[in-house]
Amino acid sequence: MVTYVFLAAAAVAIVFAVLAVVPRNPMINVLSLVVMFFAMAAIFALLGMDFLAAIQIIVYSGAILVLFLFVIMLLNLRTVEPFGSGRPLQALLGVLVAAMIGGLVLALAALLHPELGGVLPGAEETGTALTIGRALVGSHLFVFEFISLLLVAAIVGAVYLTKKELR
Amino acid sequence: MWAELVVIGVKLAFVVAVLLTTVPIMVWVERRGSALIQDRLGPNRVGPFGLLQPVVDAVKLLTKENLIPAGVRLLPYLLAPAIALSVALSTFIAVPFGKDSGLELFGHAIDGFIVAPDLNIGVLYIFAIASLAVYSTVLAGWSSGNKYSLYGGIRASAQTISYELAMTIAVVGVLMSAGSLQLQHVVDAQSGVWLGFLPRWNVFTQLIGAITFIVASFAETNRVPFDLPEAESELVAGYHTEYSSMKFAAFFMSEYVHMTVSAALMTVLFFGGWNLPYIDVPFGGWAGALFSMAVFAAKVAFFLWFFVWVRWTLPRFRFDQLMALGWKVMMPLAVLNFLWVGVAMALGIF
Amino acid sequence: MSPAELVAIPYTWVLALSAVLFAIGTMGVLLRRNGIAIFLSLEIMLNSANLAFAAFAFRLAAGHGTAGEALAGQIFIFFVIAVAAAEAAVGLALYIALYRLKETIDVDRINILRW
Repeated sequence: MVTYVFLAAAAVAIVFAVLAVVPRNPMINVLSLVVMFFAMAAIFALLGMDFLAAIQIIVYSGAILVLFLFVIMLLNLRTVEPFGSGRPLQALLGVLVAAMIGGLVLALAALLHPELGGVLPGAEETGTALTIGRALVGSHLFVFEFISLLLVAAIVGAVYLTKKELR
Repeated sequence: MWAELVVIGVKLAFVVAVLLTTVPIMVWVERRGSALIQDRLGPNRVGPFGLLQPVVDAVKLLTKENLIPAGVRLLPYLLAPAIALSVALSTFIAVPFGKDSGLELFGHAIDGFIVAPDLNIGVLYIFAIASLAVYSTVLAGWSSGNKYSLYGGIRASAQTISYELAMTIAVVGVLMSAGSLQLQHVVDAQSGVWLGFLPRWNVFTQLIGAITFIVASFAETNRVPFDLPEAESELVAGYHTEYSSMKFAAFFMSEYVHMTVSAALMTVLFFGGWNLPYIDVPFGGWAGALFSMAVFAAKVAFFLWFFVWVRWTLPRFRFDQLMALGWKVMMPLAVLNFLWVGVAMALGIF
Repeated sequence: MSPAELVAIPYTWVLALSAVLFAIGTMGVLLRRNGIAIFLSLEIMLNSANLAFAAFAFRLAAGHGTAGEALAGQIFIFFVIAVAAAEAAVGLALYIALYRLKETIDVDRINILRW
C-alpha cells in the first residue's frame, strides 16, 4: 500500500515538474512547482523523514515560491517568450547531456540491489525532529552556525542589490 | 486498516461539520455583538433575536449572479478562493479538541479526539499548511486586474508573512516547555499548578509569548486592528473586491474558519486546552471525554467572542505602523520570550 | 542494531525518480529563455539532488550500524534547503536589478558583456 502511494506521489511529481518546465506562462510554472514540492514532501514523509517534509513545505512552498510569485508580479512577466532557444545545436547537445546524466543515474538505480529502507532508529515513535535537533546543535553545530551566517549574508545582499539609489 | 480509516473518516467529518457550522454562528455573533457594543439593536427581523439572519445571508450569497469580470487572469482568479477554503479547513486535523481517554468506536480505539493523532510533527504541520494561505491572498489580489485588489493582496500577504515569523517564534517557547511537537502533549503539560497557586497554563508561565501569539493571530486572520487589506473605507473590499456569490462566500467562510482555528490554537497552546483551572476532571470514559470537549468549546467560544469584541473596539493600524509593529516589536518580544523559557527551564522554574 | 520494520519502498525507485527529475530540470535550464523559468528549473534540480540524498539516507537507516550516516544525510538535505532559500533571495534580487537596467529577463538578450 505504501508502494502505491509512493508511485502516485512520484507520478504527480513528474507530471507537475514537466508542467513547471514546458509551458511558457510563468504563473503556471510557479503554481505547478508548488504542487511538485508537495509531492516531494509526501515522498519525504513516506521515507520516514517527517521533519524534512514539514520543512520542505514551510521553506520551499511557503516562502521561496511566494518570493518567486512576488517577483513575477513585480516584473509583470507575461507569456512573451518565443519557443525554443536561439541556438538549436547547443540546445540539442545540452539535452543530450541532460539525458545522459539522467540515464546514468537510472542505470545505477537499476544495477543496485533494490533493498528496502527504514525509518531512523530511535525515531520511530517520536519522529525525526528530536534527532535532527540534537544533531544540529551537537555534532553538526559548525555547519549550522555557518548556514545562519550564509542566510544573513543573503539577506544583506538581497537588500543591497535592490536599493534604488545605488547602481 | 479499514477500521482505522473509518474512525479517521468519522472524526474528519465531525471536525469539518463543526468548523463549517461555526461560520453562520459567527455571522450572527458578529452582527448582534457589534450591535451590542455600538448600543444599537442589530438584525432582529428574521426569526427570534435574528437567529435566522445567517440562513438568509447564505441564501442571498448563493443566489447572487456569479460574475467574472473581463480583465481577470482566469486560472489564479478561480484558484484563490479554493486554496483559501481548503487550507483553512486542513489545518484543523492536528488540533486536539478533547481528552484522550482510551475510548473505542466500532471496536477500534480512537487515539484521542484529534483527526491525526500520530502526526509526529504536530504544530509544524499547522504552520506548513497555514503558510500556504499566502497564495490565496496574493493570487486573488493580482489576478483581479484591479489596482485596489492588487494593493489589498500585496498588503495582506506582506502582513501575513511578517507576522508568521513572530507567531512561530512565540510557539517555540511553548514547544520547549512541553517537550514535544504534538499538541496533545502540549495540553497535557499544562495540567496542574505552578508556583503553588496559578494553574500551569502557558499564558501564566509565558505571558509575553501569549500576547505575541494573540496579536500575531489577529494579524494572520486579517482581523481588526490589522484588517487594512480588506477594510471597506480603505480599499473598497481589498483583495476580494472582484469576487461575487459563491467565490466570495468561500473567502468569507475561510476567514471565519481561520478565526476558529486561531482561537483553537490559542486555547491549546496557551490556555490549557481542555484543562479546568484547579479541578481534575473527575469522570472517565465517554462522559469525561464529552466534558473535556465542552470545556474546550467554551474556551474557543470565548476567544471567538474576543475576536469580535476587539474588532468593534479598536481602530485599525496604518500599514506602515502595522509592519513596524510586526518586525520591530513582535519579533523581538517573541525572541525575548524564547530566552525567558530557556533560562527558566535551565533554572528549574518550570 | 537490528532494523525496525522496513518501509516497503525500494530505495532504487527513489533514486530513479531523482534521475528523471534531474533530467527534466536540466532540460528546463537549457531550453528556456525566461530567467525566472530557468531559476525554477534550477530549483527542480536541487530538489532532485535532495531526493537522491533522501534515497541513500533511507537505505542507510535500515542498515546495521549506519544510522549516523543516515542522520547526516537528513541534515544535509536540511542544509541544501537553507542554501536554496539563500540563493533564491539573492538570485531574484539580481533579476530585479537586471530588469531595472535592461527592461527584460530574456537571457538571450542579456549579452552586454562580451569577450
